[in-house]
Amino acid sequence: MTKLLITAVLLGTCPAAALHAQAPDRSRRPALDPVPELTLPPLEERMLDNGLRVLIMEKHDLPLVQLNLIIDAGSVRDQEGRLGVASLTADMLDEGAAGRDALALADTFEILGARFGVGGGTHQSVVSLRVPVARLAAALPVVSDIVLRPDFPAAELERLRKERLTGLLRQHDEPNAIAAVLAGSALFGKAHPYGRSGGGDEPSLRAVSVADLAAFHRQYWRPDNATLVIVGDITPDGVRPLLEAAFGGWERGPVAPARVAPAGQVQGRTIFLVDKPGAAQTVVRLARIGVARSTPDYYALEVMNTILGGMFTSRLMQNLRETHGYTYGASSGFDMRPAPGPWIAGAAVQTSVTGAALTEFMNELRRMHQPIPEDEVARARSYLASGFPRAFQSVAGIAARLSDMVLHDLPPQYFNEYTGRVLSVTHADVERVARAYIDPDNLSIFLVGDRRIIEPQVRALELGEIRTLEIADVLGPPPAL
Amino acid sequence: MKAALLWLSALALVAPAAAQPAPIRVEIEQFTLPNGLRVILHRDTITPTIATNIWYHVGSAQEAPGRTGFAHLFEHIMFEGSRNVPEGAIDEWFGEVGGAPNGSTAPDRTNYMQSFSASALELALFIESDRMGHLLPAMSPASVDGQRDVVKNERRQSYDNVPYGLADQVLTEAMYPAAHPYSWPVIGYMDHLTNASYQDVVDFFRRYYAPNNASLVIAGDIDVERTRALVGKWFADVPRGAAVTSPEVSPPRLEGAPRLRLEDRVQLPRIDMRWITAAAYQPDDAALITLGRILGAGKNSRLYRRLVYELQIADDVAVRQDSRQLNGEFEISATARAGRDLDELDRVIMEEVARLQREPPDARELARAVNQYEVGFLEQLERVDAKADALNEYLFYTGRPDYFNEDLARFRALTPSDISNAARRWLDAQARVTLSIVPEGRPELAVEGSRPVPNHDLELSPPQRKPTS
Repeated sequence: MTKLLITAVLLGTCPAAALHAQAPDRSRRPALDPVPELTLPPLEERMLDNGLRVLIMEKHDLPLVQLNLIIDAGSVRDQEGRLGVASLTADMLDEGAAGRDALALADTFEILGARFGVGGGTHQSVVSLRVPVARLAAALPVVSDIVLRPDFPAAELERLRKERLTGLLRQHDEPNAIAAVLAGSALFGKAHPYGRSGGGDEPSLRAVSVADLAAFHRQYWRPDNATLVIVGDITPDGVRPLLEAAFGGWERGPVAPARVAPAGQVQGRTIFLVDKPGAAQTVVRLARIGVARSTPDYYALEVMNTILGGMFTSRLMQNLRETHGYTYGASSGFDMRPAPGPWIAGAAVQTSVTGAALTEFMNELRRMHQPIPEDEVARARSYLASGFPRAFQSVAGIAARLSDMVLHDLPPQYFNEYTGRVLSVTHADVERVARAYIDPDNLSIFLVGDRRIIEPQVRALELGEIRTLEIADVLGPPPAL
Repeated sequence: MKAALLWLSALALVAPAAAQPAPIRVEIEQFTLPNGLRVILHRDTITPTIATNIWYHVGSAQEAPGRTGFAHLFEHIMFEGSRNVPEGAIDEWFGEVGGAPNGSTAPDRTNYMQSFSASALELALFIESDRMGHLLPAMSPASVDGQRDVVKNERRQSYDNVPYGLADQVLTEAMYPAAHPYSWPVIGYMDHLTNASYQDVVDFFRRYYAPNNASLVIAGDIDVERTRALVGKWFADVPRGAAVTSPEVSPPRLEGAPRLRLEDRVQLPRIDMRWITAAAYQPDDAALITLGRILGAGKNSRLYRRLVYELQIADDVAVRQDSRQLNGEFEISATARAGRDLDELDRVIMEEVARLQREPPDARELARAVNQYEVGFLEQLERVDAKADALNEYLFYTGRPDYFNEDLARFRALTPSDISNAARRWLDAQARVTLSIVPEGRPELAVEGSRPVPNHDLELSPPQRKPTS
């Protein structure tokens, strides 16, 4: 055993000696060691004959593998009157496939110790599988059945339809959900793919049929409209036959890429106040249209938002939580998508201080237009750059990063360049994007809380027109069930 | 149908093999400083990341009745600076190296953790040792007041302003005798948070935040020898505190089967029932965790299948064994579909519990639950922060930080009759608390014979609540 342990044992026999342990110099914080580099294994790209693109990253420390099959078939593909079809199609795939029912499919994954999921998002539908590598060969054929040969059993659609309608009902209890639905529809408009609910509204959910889902699947779930990401204890050559067996027979089909038009920017300032009587807190959101992920300002915006509301020492968190004690947490962020998504700042604040909290939010947004101290910029850069490697510990974390790369069509060298690009953001870049993208005069404010108490507070601030709403104005009447 | 045939043969090979995966290897070095601090080091160089994780062996169970919420309030104070670390610097300094320091408080313990760039090992040890040894010089009544407000908002955000958010508190109060250490919520009552004095905070630190009442794990991209030396450098002079003793508490027995009813601003009624069960890592704990999965995890679980999938009278169901030091709690909750009455849910739930008490589950049900548990193990081993917390948890509950294989072994050894024996031993239908949460004005949806719980002032401690008008 080592020297220190021996010392410890000796000291342990003489308790008084512990008092004389030499005190370290605490007058200065210790220096940092050189920052080690994250070296990632190479990203291999392959293509199956049917056009299915495959991205492979090896990681051999644990016998696990993660597979994400990403289809360009998100809710932006939904048609008016049939909202929710993209995500319902995804949800229905493992409710019956190749003649086996939902329980049998689930049983297979559970007995293999596999985690399987399928679901639809705004821009993509994703099938995911995480499994001990020894059982990958047993799990893949079932994944293949689910993706290629779904049965869309009518009885299961009825079950999911009721689940979704019940979900709409339960949103009436959830102030965060109410604020999210309202922000989406107010910012983008209900006709825009980002302004409507990807899960479907009541009329669509009542109308959707098995034929709608099967048609959606037939049209969009095609190998040349998909990318398969696989990460873990595999090799490209070793896994290829398994993938060929599972997906080689999948027929290609022509699919045009989804296009989403940018929405018009918020003009002026409007406050939307949703009454939730008796609420202990007010959910506060300040929002406008942000920016597309393809923006050349990406790195500068990440650093700028980190200063405003992207980390614990951000201005919003320090002001609203640490200085004023109005909230448990405040933050802000750009939801960058292929078309400009929302930028949202927010918090849940104590009802009695809603007006004061809103004032501090506005103060912090305005302060972003004043000179930003260099050390704040340096701290934010460092936070983003140093935290980046953490996501690469797990197969799921790496696969999530690669999936992001697929969605936004990022170059393969993206990961290796990330740290350098973040660290090269300048002070001037940050001040420029703060002025360009943070606009306290043109934004919408959403409040969900006890109107009787908060409306007078908010009115006194004279921030703009106040529109008062009931929950049903936002969500519609509770569905009859 | 080549693929399907391939699949069948592969499954035949795989299912039995699932019973014996390779042993898990988590290499550790452990030692104890003369001041009593237990230290565990684990090297993992997958990414240039280090996680530190300290467990202080104090939680809400050590609070005095009338001083609830204190352990958690104190957790917040630990981020407000210490003698050589200015206020705000913990978050700032860790932030610069990619870390987001955090803590959590439970009935049995409080932990502090962060993962950060491997460049900052010594900085992390400096910060953790400074707040372990030198917190009081930096603490002020103002810093306590500031966090008091934050914690009150945490209570509002996580409990008071959440649908069904008060279930845990109401059940907790009903399950234990008034002075039992588990009889109050970890977050505490608003009046107690208001009344917590500066002197209380000082006393709490002196009593519980000593190296001999803590354990430190450092996991990640470290050089073990150097780390050992640095731990000695920064922690050796932190003085040992008085020995901390926990009062002996005899396991409570639930008398009768109290039924409670709370009206809340919710659309759908929810039933929530709890039993007092085996303590963490004690006999039957693994069987109860597995029983929870057999009842509630996945489409094929007994309760999901019957309530949600077949009968479609519930929107969700959740089942779990919450393992703690003095005793466990077994919980079953389910949210009814619109128009359903909680008596119907209660009847089906108790039918399924009774069936598992009568007949053991089949081998495949057990294998599904155990195999799912195992994949969770592997996932935990991917992340240094998860491993660090697991090492501290094992040390605290079993005395052995490297308990991974023993932990898995207790699940692999389970037989179907272990499950039904545990169900019989612990899930007595006549010794449980049942809470019905129903929409305001709809008391008839509650389980029959439920006693109303006043639905006002629940943020206050029981003596402060006004009687129902």
